[in-house]
Amino acid sequence: MSSLYEVIPPAAGADVPVRRITIEVNGESRTLDVEPRLLLVHLLRQGLNLTGTHSGCDTTSCGACTVLFDGRPLKSCTMFAVMADGHKVETVEGMGSASELHPVQEGFKQEHGLQCGFCTPGMMLAAKALLERNPDPTEDEVRWALSGNLCRCTGYQNIVKSVLWAAEKMRNDQPQEA
Amino acid sequence: MYPSRFAYEAPKTLNEAIAILQANGGEAKILAGGQSLIPMVKLRFASPEVLVDINNIPGLDYMRIDEQGNLRIGALVRHEDLEHSTTLAATHPTLAAAASLVADPIVRTRGTFVGSLCHADPQGDWSATMVALGGHIVAQGPNGRRQIDIREFVLGPFTNALAYNEIAVEAVIPPAKGRPAGSYLKLERRVGDFATASVAVALDMNGATVGRAGCALAGVGGKTIDANDAISVLVGKTLNAESIEAAADAVAEAADPRTDHRGSADYKRHIVKTFVTRILNNIANSEQKAA
Repeated sequence: MSSLYEVIPPAAGADVPVRRITIEVNGESRTLDVEPRLLLVHLLRQGLNLTGTHSGCDTTSCGACTVLFDGRPLKSCTMFAVMADGHKVETVEGMGSASELHPVQEGFKQEHGLQCGFCTPGMMLAAKALLERNPDPTEDEVRWALSGNLCRCTGYQNIVKSVLWAAEKMRNDQPQEA
Repeated sequence: MYPSRFAYEAPKTLNEAIAILQANGGEAKILAGGQSLIPMVKLRFASPEVLVDINNIPGLDYMRIDEQGNLRIGALVRHEDLEHSTTLAATHPTLAAAASLVADPIVRTRGTFVGSLCHADPQGDWSATMVALGGHIVAQGPNGRRQIDIREFVLGPFTNALAYNEIAVEAVIPPAKGRPAGSYLKLERRVGDFATASVAVALDMNGATVGRAGCALAGVGGKTIDANDAISVLVGKTLNAESIEAAADAVAEAADPRTDHRGSADYKRHIVKTFVTRILNNIANSEQKAA
């Protein structure tokens, strides 16, 4: 598969230099030919049709395009796809399924952590990264960890509740130590 | 948005990277964290012909204290590496205080300390801490390495002193002569916004007496403001209401703010004075507790 700005929409771009990269997306290894200037967010959305990653401000401010890059949150509008060669990327599609939600997704459902839903994938991935590092965060720590993600609907209150709900659920689901 | 076309290089060694810079005669730019450069090329404020991605060069992600006591921060140390350090607060309180205020938490996973210094944004948090701490940059080019004092490294807004064929390979912060004290305070309307004003203070304490005093300001001038001379009124003194007020007045005088939508020049100067006073009061209070 080839990803160039010229072929999104399709049109031949034979003279455009491409680089072959291999990235692991949601556990699946993908080998792709990409134009160096292709942004990771565009590779995911147009190239791989993973449209759960949203493109919001396009200026590294809003966090709607947040994915996990080797497990750490990253604004995918601010990385070239070629830079992901040899790395692991996780998008919201990799978190869970409709029948088997990730606890963070379940939290957003239980606590009404979304309204329009545009910021939600980025919020959930930033929250997942937080909980992997800090399974028992305070409300303040949740607010700090999500401070790179903007939401124009909720006023953040229910998002914070959702993450705290997920943290508790994930702690309770952990096998108890003897 | 997407940038104009560029050639992408991903060298595996510093020498290879320098050779690419050399061969492209000023048309190539180093790409590290990319958290400033990528937005700039997307907005087409910059259109380099070649981007040299140094993320694949091993051995540049170190943060260590050398035998002389210098803190050495390699070119691929991310902001969050400083933020999550468990030792930095004791050895370099000014850096530790700034670490969690740089950009936002997601940008901090990727952006680099050294890259931020190279970007030379007048609002840059790290530039202010480096000026207050008296740090320098180590640049490597075809003829080897040289040191550049941070005050000579930042030439103006978005302009640094690197030659076209040089890479900033590390930042170096000299050891405190005495017990290190200091902090960094920043006023921003929301996380990730440009600062209205920010203040870095770094003191070396000998008992209750100030040995060395460093201070720098961001957001209140065309480039990082070097307020080291201003705060030197503290040297040889103890921290008390009188000496703190004299220092805060002198630093506020060194600021060169402009009136804009973030506030009037007078307001920003007032913030600078308030922040200097607050930092010095906190240091004085912790001195008393320790005594």
